[in-house]
Amino acid sequence: MSDLREIYQEVILDHNKKPRNFHKLERANRLAQGHNPLCGDTVIVYALVENGIVKDIAFEGAGCAISTASASMMTEAVKGKTLEEAEALFCRFHALLTACQSPSEVSKEASLGKLAAFAGVREFPIRVKCATLAWHTLQAALKNQSEPVSTE
Amino acid sequence: MSEACDVLAREPYVVPGQGLNVPRIRQDFPILRQRVHGKPLIYLDNAATTQKPQSVIDALRRFYEEDCSNVHRGVHQLSERATQTYEEARAKAQRFINAAESREIIFVRGATEAINLVAASYGRANVGPGDEIIISAMEHHSNIVPWQLLCQEKGARLRVVPISDRGEIIMEEFEKLLNERARLVAIVHVSNALGTVNPVKTIIQMARARGIAVLIDGAQAVPHMPVDVQDLDCDFYAFSGHKVYGPTGIGILYGKAAFLEAMPPYQGGGDMISSVTFEKTLFNSLPYKFEAGTPNIAGAIGLGAAIDYIRSIGLEPIAAHESALLAYATKALSQVRGLRIIGTAPKKAGAISFVLDCAHPHDIGAILDWEGVAIRTGHHCAQPVMERYGVPATARASFALYNTKAEIDVLVQALGKVIEVFS
Repeated sequence: MSDLREIYQEVILDHNKKPRNFHKLERANRLAQGHNPLCGDTVIVYALVENGIVKDIAFEGAGCAISTASASMMTEAVKGKTLEEAEALFCRFHALLTACQSPSEVSKEASLGKLAAFAGVREFPIRVKCATLAWHTLQAALKNQSEPVSTE
Repeated sequence: MSEACDVLAREPYVVPGQGLNVPRIRQDFPILRQRVHGKPLIYLDNAATTQKPQSVIDALRRFYEEDCSNVHRGVHQLSERATQTYEEARAKAQRFINAAESREIIFVRGATEAINLVAASYGRANVGPGDEIIISAMEHHSNIVPWQLLCQEKGARLRVVPISDRGEIIMEEFEKLLNERARLVAIVHVSNALGTVNPVKTIIQMARARGIAVLIDGAQAVPHMPVDVQDLDCDFYAFSGHKVYGPTGIGILYGKAAFLEAMPPYQGGGDMISSVTFEKTLFNSLPYKFEAGTPNIAGAIGLGAAIDYIRSIGLEPIAAHESALLAYATKALSQVRGLRIIGTAPKKAGAISFVLDCAHPHDIGAILDWEGVAIRTGHHCAQPVMERYGVPATARASFALYNTKAEIDVLVQALGKVIEVFS
């Protein structure tokens, strides 16, 4: 099971079991829905943006451990960040999952913090969509896109 | 091959009193010899596609190595051989489902194309505004969407027979839908998501007694039980080659000759005509009227070889073996902590869908894969079924003639590891 632990790291299992900021955000002024039609995962991301800063963020939905943990950890990572910082973080996170560099290089350079736990997902290409669904949905919410996000 | 293997290869497929000789059968499937993540492959995704015996692989290779040419065209030796083998495959398919005539067997890409053909040809000619098409709540998307498209085009209405908590068609509700507006009933023989075997013979009798045409989607039925379309008396029957040990990209639409004769062509092109001028085209006779363009010749020949293989073993012993596996797996899985089986009809074949309270099906599938166990996870192209049971997805183990009880034991052990990780 050693290789599987690469993808199902303790921090990921923990956030799957006890997702943070997992609720509706009544005072949200940004919202988007995401959907992975291949596996049926759904997510709604709520954000309260004031003066270019993500003051609060939450999510609801149903998905696998990777998708739930990714959404949960994303809300923690993005809260309090400026829109530009959130966007930059997504770029680094995306690079971690898809780039050709070794996971350790990417995580060190990008200082992703806890999010570096998702480095193992890059070995399982089909699960990359699970890990990025919430992030794509956040991006849509911050850009005020009305169309639901789809991984396909 | 080792000496022991040579001895095994001479053994019969079925041992009287004991059923299938599974070690002997497994020898015919080269893919099953491999290891996945260092573990022996345990292939339990047979409802998605079955593995292919050596005889099917050899038939494909033989066609391309020795007989490759187009059918129904050439006067040369290769074309004659290809045409003969292609038409023999049609006759094999005819005998396989006991169709009255070989011209009632149309080669298509698979069950999906078969249903689309009926919707586009029979449906467009016979369904009008206000008419109704009846399907069930356990259909695969391939037996929903073609009818939705037809209904949109014609202003017709799609009616859906509800299913019970156990996953059975509610027959009283079905009967209520058989009104004078109903033009066609399209029902699955065996559900891919639940495993339910539907009482199709009764369904066909009830519909036909009121003059309503019936299509049966048999994709999940033909691998698991003998099918006799004359005994069923359905008007159309569809199945895919790849779910019955044949190649992908080939399937069969059976239609009663009287229906097929009256239907307009599905696609235009070569082979489906008898004469073409710019003013008028005369269509070819059955079955060629529905086979425009160069067909999947190798695929058809491969399907013929698959049917030969199944018949050399016999569908009755295969059905008995799989039914024993299903009963064993149902019992073993029921004892797994936090596991719920979705679809508990008393009559099932081939597949068990389940969910675990601690893990999403995707995560179950990922951990099982690491143990060498291949299962399907997701909505199984039957999203309305998932909605009916209030789950986003399920994990599904599905069986074939080469599976064993020992493999089910490994599945159960691997589920123990899933629980270990996620609880």
